[in-house]
Amino acid sequence: MSARKYLEEGLAEMNMTLKEMCLLVEDMIDQAVTALTDNDTALAAHIHERDKKVDEYEIDIERMCMRLLLKEQPVAADFRAVSTSLKVITDIERIGDQASDIGDLIAQNAGVVTKGDTAKLKMMGILAKDMVKNSVDSFIHADNDLADRTAKKDDELDELFIDVKNGLIEFMKESPENADDALVLMMIAKYFERIGDHAVNVCEWTKYEETGEHVKFQ
Amino acid sequence: MLFGRRKKTAKAPDETAAPAHYSGRIDVKNADLFYGDFQALKNISIEIPEKQITAFIGPTGCGKSTFLKCFNRMNDLIQGCKITGEFRIGDVDIYGDIDVNDLRKNVGMVFQKPNPFPMSVYDNIAYGPRTFGIKKRAELDEIVERSLVQAAMWDELKDRLNKSALGLSGGQQQRLCIARALAVGPEIILMDEPTSALDPISTGKIEELCMELKKDVTVVIVTHNMQQAVRISDKTAFFLLGDLIEYGDTDQIFTSPKQKQTENYITGRFG
Repeated sequence: MSARKYLEEGLAEMNMTLKEMCLLVEDMIDQAVTALTDNDTALAAHIHERDKKVDEYEIDIERMCMRLLLKEQPVAADFRAVSTSLKVITDIERIGDQASDIGDLIAQNAGVVTKGDTAKLKMMGILAKDMVKNSVDSFIHADNDLADRTAKKDDELDELFIDVKNGLIEFMKESPENADDALVLMMIAKYFERIGDHAVNVCEWTKYEETGEHVKFQ
Repeated sequence: MLFGRRKKTAKAPDETAAPAHYSGRIDVKNADLFYGDFQALKNISIEIPEKQITAFIGPTGCGKSTFLKCFNRMNDLIQGCKITGEFRIGDVDIYGDIDVNDLRKNVGMVFQKPNPFPMSVYDNIAYGPRTFGIKKRAELDEIVERSLVQAAMWDELKDRLNKSALGLSGGQQQRLCIARALAVGPEIILMDEPTSALDPISTGKIEELCMELKKDVTVVIVTHNMQQAVRISDKTAFFLLGDLIEYGDTDQIFTSPKQKQTENYITGRFG
């Protein structure tokens, strides 16, 4: 039996709950993309409801981390595991907020997703969701290579964002009466782009947890 | 002479020699220590910076206390103990031709169990200065007050200077021992598990005192309390089975140790 049985049990519980939180957030992004594709305002509205559970997960995991810090006083790799989890849940919670905001935008602007060319916007959603999934997997499984590969995907997401932005500018020039809708689509694109940034943050925490060195992906 | 040196006993200083120049910096190169056939320290090299707190950690029997006692030649008193390698404090080769009393004046020591002399608080503090020839009452008064102020005990004890030191609490006795060590103006204070017999409040006071003391002296502390090492030390050295496994900034050792053995020990996976 390990000399740190309770610490190891606590870390395992923390990791499992973090994984559950991440699965929920991935599913919310999935639903946002589906709502976007299917113009499904009911599904979009449902995403907002699910965000409350994400917030609960954040509080639960934060409590677990605090309890471990207080009772087990972890050091070295154990300390990095707890401290990085505290940082990662902040990113995951923000991703949940952004998925929820995308849902709100789709729900409150019925039909907006049928305006203009939204193919690249959907591509952004799919890519952002994959980045979130892979960044969290890299964190849970301490997979540095996956963290590197996932962080690199952010360049593709940024390029897609620029394409979407330019497309929407053209769309507004061609049909100024649709400017309101174009702005909504622009905000959705920006949220997907920010989700990618948070996924990159998670990758950076994966690297830190493994090495103790802060890595900044550009 | 660096190697193959046999244990030396204290001897009178060479009258013609230049005065020894101690400082708070300790440099050790390739130190080995044997108790008879048993090698307790293996090729240890370390540079301990002055006016910082350095913690020695490691499981029982790893050699950390033995190494600490090399710095004021306490091991000289142990029969069959042989030490080789180079030990320098400031400019002084402390296993060279030196006055051991002078060494111990510059390198004070505090032990696990408080060991006040069975005499008054005042006489405990004045004991060292008197040994070094200070007899004038006014001068001794000044030293006693300064030492107790430095040990953050003056307000507690100024009205009890003539009371027996044995009547003090364990925590007060330990701080009195620190004040006693300070009275002879050391550059370095060695502490061998100084708080292991104390309650959390007394432990906190000693730790606070260490943080204050490092403005003036170097502190080297042996501790089994990992959190204590994290809280107060600037540098940490991890020993295992007579080897110095890792030495570095305390923040680095306790967040990202480089050696797996250090990681396993400080995370409680063994030891």
